[in-house]
Amino acid sequence: MTATAASPIILRTTGVSKMFGKFVALNNISAEFERGVITSIIGPNGAGKSTYFNLLSGAFRPTTGKVEFEGSDVTNLPQHRFAHLGIAKSFQITNIFPHLSVHENVRVGLQAFVSRYDIWRPRSMLPGLAERADELLALVGLKDRRARRARDLAHGEQRALEIGMALAANPRLLLLDEPTAGMSPEETRVMMDLIVRLAGERTVILVEHKMKLVMGISHRVLVLHHGELLAQGTPAEVRQNEQVKRVYLGQREH
Amino acid sequence: MIDIAPTIAASSSRSYNWFDLAKRHRVLLASIFVLIFPFVMPFTALAVNILIYGLYALGFNLLFGYLGLLSFGHAALFGTGAYLCGIAIVHFGLPWYAAIAIGVLSALVMATLIGSLAIRTRGIYFAMVTMALAQCVYYIFYQAVDWTGGENGLRGINVRAINLFGLHFDFINPLVRYYVVASFVILAFFVLSRILASPFGAVIEAVRENEARARASGYNVVATRLMTFILSGGFCGLAGSLAALHLSIVPIEILHYETSGMVVMMALLGGMGTFFGPFVGAAVFLLLENLVSLWTVHWQLVVGGVFVVCVLFFPEGIWGTILKRIKP
Repeated sequence: MTATAASPIILRTTGVSKMFGKFVALNNISAEFERGVITSIIGPNGAGKSTYFNLLSGAFRPTTGKVEFEGSDVTNLPQHRFAHLGIAKSFQITNIFPHLSVHENVRVGLQAFVSRYDIWRPRSMLPGLAERADELLALVGLKDRRARRARDLAHGEQRALEIGMALAANPRLLLLDEPTAGMSPEETRVMMDLIVRLAGERTVILVEHKMKLVMGISHRVLVLHHGELLAQGTPAEVRQNEQVKRVYLGQREH
Repeated sequence: MIDIAPTIAASSSRSYNWFDLAKRHRVLLASIFVLIFPFVMPFTALAVNILIYGLYALGFNLLFGYLGLLSFGHAALFGTGAYLCGIAIVHFGLPWYAAIAIGVLSALVMATLIGSLAIRTRGIYFAMVTMALAQCVYYIFYQAVDWTGGENGLRGINVRAINLFGLHFDFINPLVRYYVVASFVILAFFVLSRILASPFGAVIEAVRENEARARASGYNVVATRLMTFILSGGFCGLAGSLAALHLSIVPIEILHYETSGMVVMMALLGGMGTFFGPFVGAAVFLLLENLVSLWTVHWQLVVGGVFVVCVLFFPEGIWGTILKRIKP
């Protein structure tokens, strides 16, 4: 491990703002994310959670401010480079390769780190990829679905597949955007268990609308409201915060 | 992960059914078909035409069917290959094999130029930009009369004999000519099949399936698209070069947007995204053109009708539908 990799802060945003035209989606957010824990970003609808998530994952570039991963500036890096740095994400809306098999979905995810422009060797000869894909499918509970077309899976299974694909990058940082969106209570429970299991080995940042869900599993919580960072701290601290109570908890428990 | 071992064992020892077996040997099967093809055709010159346009459609389909990008400017790649192959022979007196190499190389260069400009756009915009750039190419070749013969076309590509490794083939003989062209088409089948089965082939499919996901997985989508466009251009350039040798003239119409539109029809008719479909599409298109025009000058009406029926009732194309029906 290098000195930077051992630093307790894996990701840092310094004064990031995002404007869409004249609309300020995010205003001057500075935050640090600790290595090896689950941090959740919560907030009511329109709080800027997804915008912030997209800045962290490189899908958007901030209008002002800086994003640092393991001490190096990644603010203006093209998005496909993020996976190679060790940052992987799942999307809010299910985002898979629908007509490919479940196994191929994960195998392609793995292949990005081995071979991207080889037009000649048979891909079946890439060593270990097919086996590693099966291991990841077992990890996310899709082992017996490997030959199915990805689009034929149930919604919860597709979300699990997405996480399997994100894990293909063997990321040190896993970004999950509302991983339980649209799930049944049973599927939600399975997904939460999976997230807790994954967090043992890597840092997880989670965006979630349903706040009750994340309070139990998060080590730290950031609360966004109208594009501002309203509060941050342990779940207990956030729960006690008067402002948070007023704008978020008080209105309507989710 | 001991518990996954049975899955791996099961997949590696799985016995293949005949459909999978045929799929694995698609190059061999396509080659056998090409070798017996002239004997079921009404005349050999038509069979040669089908080979050439089949190859053109095959190259187009790499971009259209496998990557999912609709180019409306592939005539520029087909035509550039044809013209530069012809120019190499007419103006520089180069041997046929060097002319083919130049035809392919020039199409690769043209694909790089057009691709670099068009590849950042998508959907209808990509179709329009490629069409506009192809029209630019048309006018450049049209104006360069000294090199291309302008509206009269490039004449005088007279290749009478093919000499290779001490062997002498009479290129005037239609059947010999067919098998010379067929050997290049079989080579193209092999190369295309390798590309599709390669790691890059998997990336092409991933980008077609879901660009955002491919990007998040760590693939450079723009670079993948450009490389596929260039590879597609290589196949079309080879087809163009063979067209120049076969016709012994390069008509300016080869660069016309009708040539771009025709290959879209062929790919759709046969089945986009299938290995052999574009070839089937080219064969059906040219057969209809040749047979119906014996009976009426309005052959395009019949081809158009067949096309509409296909798109409406067999959206997977003729070959795509056959594959779906016979798949066990």
